[in-house]
Amino acid sequence: MTDMIKKTGISRRNLLKTGAAAVAGAAVGSGAITGFPTIWAQNPITLRQFGTGVSNLNAIAEKCKEDLGITLEMTATDSDAAAQRAVTQPDSYDIADIEYWILKKVFPTGVIQPMEISKLKYYDKIVPLFKTGKLTPDSVIAQGTAPHTVGFVEAKDSKEFAKGETEYFTMVPTIYNADTLGIRPDLVGREITTWADIMDPAFKGKTSILNIPSIGIMDAAMIMEAMGNITYADKGNMTTEEIDKTIDFLIKAKQDGQFRAFWKSFDESVNLMASGEVVIQSMWSPAVAAVRSKGIACKYQPLKEGYRSWGGGLGLAAHLEGAQLDAAYEYINWYTSGWVGGYLNRQGYYSAAMDTAKEYMSEDEWGYWIEGKPAQGEIKAPDGTVMEKAGAVRDGGSFLERMGHVACWNSVMDEDRYMVRRWNEFIAS
Amino acid sequence: MNNLLSRATPYLQATPLLVILGFFLALPILLLLVVSFWDYDFAGMYPGFMTFNYAETLGSWVTWKTYGNTLKFAAIVWAITAFIGFWVAYFLAFHVRKASTQTVLFLVCTVPFLTSNIIRMISWIPVLGRNGLVNSALVGAGIVDQPVEWLLYSDFAVILAMVHLYTLFMVTPIFNTMMRIDKSLVEAARDGGASDWQIIWNVILPLAKPGIAIGSIFVVTLVMADFSTVQVMSGGQSASVALMMRNQMSLLQYPAAAANAVVLLVVVLSMVAGILRIVDIRKEL
Repeated sequence: MTDMIKKTGISRRNLLKTGAAAVAGAAVGSGAITGFPTIWAQNPITLRQFGTGVSNLNAIAEKCKEDLGITLEMTATDSDAAAQRAVTQPDSYDIADIEYWILKKVFPTGVIQPMEISKLKYYDKIVPLFKTGKLTPDSVIAQGTAPHTVGFVEAKDSKEFAKGETEYFTMVPTIYNADTLGIRPDLVGREITTWADIMDPAFKGKTSILNIPSIGIMDAAMIMEAMGNITYADKGNMTTEEIDKTIDFLIKAKQDGQFRAFWKSFDESVNLMASGEVVIQSMWSPAVAAVRSKGIACKYQPLKEGYRSWGGGLGLAAHLEGAQLDAAYEYINWYTSGWVGGYLNRQGYYSAAMDTAKEYMSEDEWGYWIEGKPAQGEIKAPDGTVMEKAGAVRDGGSFLERMGHVACWNSVMDEDRYMVRRWNEFIAS
Repeated sequence: MNNLLSRATPYLQATPLLVILGFFLALPILLLLVVSFWDYDFAGMYPGFMTFNYAETLGSWVTWKTYGNTLKFAAIVWAITAFIGFWVAYFLAFHVRKASTQTVLFLVCTVPFLTSNIIRMISWIPVLGRNGLVNSALVGAGIVDQPVEWLLYSDFAVILAMVHLYTLFMVTPIFNTMMRIDKSLVEAARDGGASDWQIIWNVILPLAKPGIAIGSIFVVTLVMADFSTVQVMSGGQSASVALMMRNQMSLLQYPAAAANAVVLLVVVLSMVAGILRIVDIRKEL
């Protein structure tokens, strides 16, 4: 990235400084180079962003300051706290960086204002997954809280989600990914093809699932369905009978000693896998990368039933108006303009505006992360650490192959409270 | 006037402590009690007088099972730490002659406490794991064919870590009371013809009771309130009361957690009351 900027011969920071000196007191038009009409350095604007942490990256705040002159104050919380804060302290933030299932809970309370699509510069670059629910025209729409189902409203003051695309967008999608099971290819000793494999008696006492109820129940649902025990009408919104059936199954599996442990935090999952305590478990993609970086074989195994997916976006707080609102739009346009997208793609997540992100990635990076091609050279993380050597292919393959096989999105159920209570019984049993 | 002042003096002297305890102890517990009757959803808490937090807590088999599990841990850990604590303190107090050696050895007991609780606990994982030190040694020596699974992520692991963490809380008060035992009592018993065991059983043990009681209060309250040891060492497979509360708090179900905390408080206070009923620690101090 830095190399790319240097090649143009003019860094944005320098331009800012010169511009500020030359036209003191006035907003500087620098559209020719950055593509952003206003420089906020003259009239400092701070945007307070809070969210679930995945995309609360300091690098983004620094780059935003550099490109736009907007100071970004970021606060990270866990998802339940994020949902609560969004509703109860709506004046404490300007931008909400939350997942779509949280938006489903939060939006009807009126704390997020819909965006006018006409003001979103890169709206047409956003992948159709977030507009129609279909990545390609022949994709099947996944269950759960699919982003497009909570992505639009009919009017500016509407509290209900629209059925299809409208002029008002509730959140601009920023980051998403497809989750599956992680395995130790050296220890499983056979091909893993389905979610049901985690219940194979051969892996007794060597499996783990995550102990975060809202996500764990989805992994359990994928397993249940793969085993043919049940077919859910909607995995993302189970009935109480479906919850009972799923939890009873988990309790039985636990008592039979199928699980070695349950993990709650990222590093626990890394340790379980790296130490060989478990050979197959629920996992998140950065955790797989972390195990591999220790030189231990670990694969993010694609499974025939598809992935469990999650996604987040940026929403505007209802209280934003005037210059702050303009700045927020500008920030969002900047966010989707490519630099951030490239950064997120290089961490193994996906950017919502793929075309713009492509311009900020090398051909090899684009080939490895997005097209599923073998790496030509070393693949490096944004901080410079080597993630993969030449010849490596991303688990699950290309963007289209991975995000095109989403079976279910993270979601919030109507019977949420009942589910959590039963989940606690499973852990205590 | 003078008379009034002298009567007020003790109250004035007690005021600072009263203020501190009132503000940092009584008030929070009162708030806990109040909140436990409130209503809640994902977005917040709503003042009111609802009893369903208690109904849900006390009416669920999970609560009873979890209390059973926690009490089981408390009982086992108490028994082991009391046994170890008594003998370590006995050795320090009666078999080490020089006061300086006593101090040094006592400090040695506290060395592990120079690192944090979490680190001491987590360091068991590479020792007990499937490919850990113990299992590698056992398999390498040909004692077992397959690694022993129950060493880690089991009740055994939880109890082992708790004993490791909490034994010092037993050693210290027992050592303290034993140091106060008049050595001439032991000599008198010996002159009277008592054997070593008789001295321990009839002289030292009764006199060390207050120390054992204080140590027991420490250990029991620590185990009852523990969540991290149970979570980490059982690999999330086992539940404890505090872990249940933590789960509720992480889901922002504060009123439910508060109700749970009140129940736990009542249980632990009755256990402490029970211990104090058996041993009058004030009389002995």
